[in-house]
Amino acid sequence: MPDAETSRDLLRQMALIRRFEEEAGRQYQRAKAGGFLHLAIGEEATIVGTTSVMEERDYLIGTYRTHGHAIARGTDPRNVMAELFGREDGTARGRGGSMHIFDGDRRFMGGYGIVGGNLPIAAGLALASDYKGTDEVTVCMFGDGASNTGNFGETMNLAALWSLPIVFLVENNLYGMGTAIARHSAVTDLSHKAEGLGVPGERVDGQDVVAMRECVADHLEIARRDRRPTLVEAFTYRYRGHSAADPEVYRDKDEVEEWQRRDPIEIFARRLIDAGTIAEADLEAIREEVEAQVLDAVEFADASEEPPLDSLYDNLYVFGADHEGWYAVDERTPDPFRGEREREAAEDERVRELHEAGASYGGQVRRSGGGSGEGPENGTDAPADEAQADEEGGTDGGQAEESRQQGPGGLD
Amino acid sequence: MATMRMREALNEALREEMERDESVFLMGEDIAVFEGAFKVTQGLMDQFGERRVRDTPISENTIVGTGVGAAMAGLRPVVELMTVNFSLLAFDQIINHAAAIPYMFNGQVRVPLVIRMPGGGGHQLGPTHSHSFEAMFLQIPGILVACPSTAADGKGLLKTAIRDDNPVIFVEHETLYGIRGEVPEDDHVVEFGSAAVRREGSDVTIVGILKMAHEAERAAETLAAEHGVEAEVIDPRTLRPLDLDTILDSVRKTNRAVIVEEGWPHGGVGANLAALIQEQAFDHLDAPIQRVTGADVPMPYSKRLEQSAIPHPEHIVSAVLETTSGALP
Repeated sequence: MPDAETSRDLLRQMALIRRFEEEAGRQYQRAKAGGFLHLAIGEEATIVGTTSVMEERDYLIGTYRTHGHAIARGTDPRNVMAELFGREDGTARGRGGSMHIFDGDRRFMGGYGIVGGNLPIAAGLALASDYKGTDEVTVCMFGDGASNTGNFGETMNLAALWSLPIVFLVENNLYGMGTAIARHSAVTDLSHKAEGLGVPGERVDGQDVVAMRECVADHLEIARRDRRPTLVEAFTYRYRGHSAADPEVYRDKDEVEEWQRRDPIEIFARRLIDAGTIAEADLEAIREEVEAQVLDAVEFADASEEPPLDSLYDNLYVFGADHEGWYAVDERTPDPFRGEREREAAEDERVRELHEAGASYGGQVRRSGGGSGEGPENGTDAPADEAQADEEGGTDGGQAEESRQQGPGGLD
Repeated sequence: MATMRMREALNEALREEMERDESVFLMGEDIAVFEGAFKVTQGLMDQFGERRVRDTPISENTIVGTGVGAAMAGLRPVVELMTVNFSLLAFDQIINHAAAIPYMFNGQVRVPLVIRMPGGGGHQLGPTHSHSFEAMFLQIPGILVACPSTAADGKGLLKTAIRDDNPVIFVEHETLYGIRGEVPEDDHVVEFGSAAVRREGSDVTIVGILKMAHEAERAAETLAAEHGVEAEVIDPRTLRPLDLDTILDSVRKTNRAVIVEEGWPHGGVGANLAALIQEQAFDHLDAPIQRVTGADVPMPYSKRLEQSAIPHPEHIVSAVLETTSGALP
């Protein structure tokens, strides 16, 4: 067992993730968060057991179910919640959403919406560590469903072939979306699934945070010392549906309840109390602490601004020292009628400035979802498709003007 | 100036950039021991070793994805895909990942990755090895697209691509690897977003990419000699960023435009450029813009059929005469 302070922290982190996810679900019901929302309730020990034995310099890369992974890596829950809300203070300023949390400072190299899409990227991170001669390790977490993608086979082979320092960690929650593992994978013992490709594996109880820590620590050590990949299969379970929109017709309520009796947080809390490491009062204090933290995160996210429209093109391209220039949206017209009104446009101060800045193709009204119905610039008649765009998603005309003026973000 | 083949110019660019920057390394199928399907990487493994010139398994999506990850962690990978058709196996990593990551993570990471790939018809490689996908790549926000037609541009654009902090699709044409050309000495770089005017003329603007830049020049010679038509020939060199200004300036002068590409007609490079030109220079056009494209079929194997599916100078001459009929001598 870890020492008292570590144990209390593990418990607190798991409780924080649980409470965060519950609240995220609630905010989703209130339509504060949009898109898809994948909650990791039930999988907290798998997450925290892993991150708690990683070094700061190690990379972690995950799936579309990674609010908790970022938080466990040290990302402020406020920023994660703000990303769910699509706000300015989100981890990606509202560009990524729930499925694409990222925190480069903490080497949380992203959540990814494409099943299996993160595996090759993990190989690249590990290759870079090796190339630079560091002892960093990459932990690549993915679901049981991803083990059926081509990327799984390709990446396992490459990682073994090149002896890359990776711990592949499959969070086997027994379902690829709504398809049970026996219905989607010929080999259901996933710890063996990469053996033929040169990556040996081990199964561990993903509901036991201590077992997770010990297992992952061993595998980190193999990667760090022997510079070779291994696979950990964490046997775990998610209590909620695949996403918030999942009616869960594919599993019995009994099954969910049975797993809930093995709840990773309750089991660990009971063990700590039984061992006298913590008291009931500590448990209550943790509950209150994470409750306050999560409510604060919601308040913070709610108060965070919507991203400004003129930030639409920010960070689409990098403008390096070597090559300044306009790369983005180079094929957009400042307004679709410029050719017809060239003489007028020449007199139009704004268009002239834009043109001189080389940004003249930014933020065409009909594509930026803007348009006040007054048409671009001089209020000429909008063509049919633009009028339609207005109906579909018109936003404030003034902001659209601002957006156009700004042009491609990187030019600033 | 030194005269060299396109293949040698590309090789020199890779060599010089690898000498210049330790973070540059190469990955691809058969690029190290075999020295590349088209021998672009000849001698590089010998010089730089297997750490920096890496043979990969046949796993396109993972090769590109590994490049994405390595680039995110600070390296500058140059990935070779054996043909553009194989890039289709890597579209997930190219579009969902390489192109999206800098944006969807709000600029917290960069993906300075170059993906080289030869394409185009002419070698009788049939429907799975001969295509031209510039238009598909052009459509993707977040990546840059370079398509050199001369040895000098091959070298200069590839060096720029490697130094750029964005993911770059670098399209090479299989039939151009052997062409010779003058290449400036030393650190020859060609800026992205700067079109080359290959030939000046006052009657019509012909825009051509890759091999079609050469075919356009040939057509221009015929037009001048046999039809008294002086064509201005422009090679955009990069499609993203696109030097639209040079093209528009030319069209405003000649009042006619013909766009030539080897790719398919629907949603092609020409379709896109025609839209841009008419949006911005409609009043200057004296005739409808003409497009000359590859045939709207998977590339056939038969030499006779394949050649009929690829644009030739006579097609370009015909298209130009369509725009000038009745208006010029």
